[in-house]
Amino acid sequence: MPLCASSDRQRTTQHPCYTPEAREHHARLHLAVAPACNIQCHYCNRKYDCTNESRPGVVSELLTPEQALARVEAVRKRLPNLTVVGIAGPGDALANPERLWTTCRGIRERFADLTLCLSTNGLALPEQVGQIQKLGIHHVTITMNTLDPTVAANIYPWIFWDHRRLKGVEATRILIANQLAGLDALVAAGVLVKVNSVLIPGVNHDHLAELNLEISHRGAFLHNIMPMISDPAHGTYYGLMGYRGPDEAQLQAVRDGCAGEVTQMTHCRQCRADAIGLLDEDQGPTLEREWMHGHGKIISIHPHTMETEATDTLRIAVASQTGSHVDQHFGHARVFTLYDVHDGDVRQVGMVETDRYCHGDDACGDNDSLLERALRALEGCDAVLCERIGFSPWQALETAGIQPVNRYAGIEITLALKQYWATTRQRHPRQKRIRRAV
Amino acid sequence: MAYAIVAPCTGCWACMPLCPNKAIHPHGKKFTIREPLCTECEGEFDDPQCASICPVEEAIVDETGKPLNPRGSLTGIPADY
Repeated sequence: MPLCASSDRQRTTQHPCYTPEAREHHARLHLAVAPACNIQCHYCNRKYDCTNESRPGVVSELLTPEQALARVEAVRKRLPNLTVVGIAGPGDALANPERLWTTCRGIRERFADLTLCLSTNGLALPEQVGQIQKLGIHHVTITMNTLDPTVAANIYPWIFWDHRRLKGVEATRILIANQLAGLDALVAAGVLVKVNSVLIPGVNHDHLAELNLEISHRGAFLHNIMPMISDPAHGTYYGLMGYRGPDEAQLQAVRDGCAGEVTQMTHCRQCRADAIGLLDEDQGPTLEREWMHGHGKIISIHPHTMETEATDTLRIAVASQTGSHVDQHFGHARVFTLYDVHDGDVRQVGMVETDRYCHGDDACGDNDSLLERALRALEGCDAVLCERIGFSPWQALETAGIQPVNRYAGIEITLALKQYWATTRQRHPRQKRIRRAV
Repeated sequence: MAYAIVAPCTGCWACMPLCPNKAIHPHGKKFTIREPLCTECEGEFDDPQCASICPVEEAIVDETGKPLNPRGSLTGIPADY
């Protein structure tokens, strides 16, 4: 997807990692869709399910590509300054090609104005440059820690390459060769490459100046030398074996010793693989708390994996633009928020996404296949609350056993759900049931 | 003749797409090997694919329960640490 030069420039000036000034105004969203990795680094621990730590490689929830797109949609509603969507793990983006490319294609199709970027260790890069180009990805980060295979063998205990696990310099020679070949191919393709280097005192501190020169010659756009994080509590090899990250002075000395012409990035926040918001302020936890209180936590559970075990609980989908009120036309909704309602208890259980099937004002119902997709997404729901709805989707929903409801238009969601429960469930109490979606 | 994925599995998805027999499936947040489908990659690859990419020690075991990647073999953290 070729982009014009001005659009490229704009994408870079609005990228908080590539342009320091952008970090005050432009938000980024990391989508944790890439769990697998094809190498091991001694500063990384593959247990990635932590909600409290803030460092690369850590996420609290892994997303499928579908969930990732629903998250982009939801975060965009809340953060209009969102400009960048990055895929940075928790494993290696390129070691998860199917999940990665499905996600990127979806973002390209539905959110064309957002800048896509990704991060990789570089091992699989040469074979994937074509795909990166095809999808119009103009910002790629490669983590490179040394050019010396012997030094690298002390950083990477193994790589998975050509169906085998390789160790030692046999492994690191391949890794470094692929990192450099990938860098060259990206530069030739006009992609802006940021090289991240983890400064590990006692291991690669004397090798980053050489790396800095080499990547400068090869046309890297930015060099980000960052301090290793090695808290023993994280359970990494370096952490447990007593290696420690550099202090400010050590970091500065290494940065100062780099003479290459590549610009150095010094404002990196080493963020999580599921970070949301401005660089200096991860809004992920805040947003989740906020959404929990009636405005919807983003859980994005796929309906086919959801189970309800309840005596009298209703599962209700809500079409809402604001996230707080029933204020969206059924045919305009791309995401429905799902609630389980029982008596006064309203609990948000997830979100489902569907393709918006109505592109006109009131001429709903012409495109049956998209309507069918919406029906599939809402499978298992008892009712759907929306602002308005056309005649033919109304009929289709009723036939599918889902009650369309538009009488709460403009009403606050929790209130509408409680009222709906009161008017229907009290009149028609049901037997205990267990619903298990297929 | 089959391998099994056991408790230490962290559910990272690396093994699933590599299995030549499509024997690996998600099971809750982790993964499981369907025993009748697993050939231990014999005749297909020199090394069993799941155990060659798995980053977690002691997560994949053979029929006798012996880990294919014993403690200390992948992370470099000594087994007795």
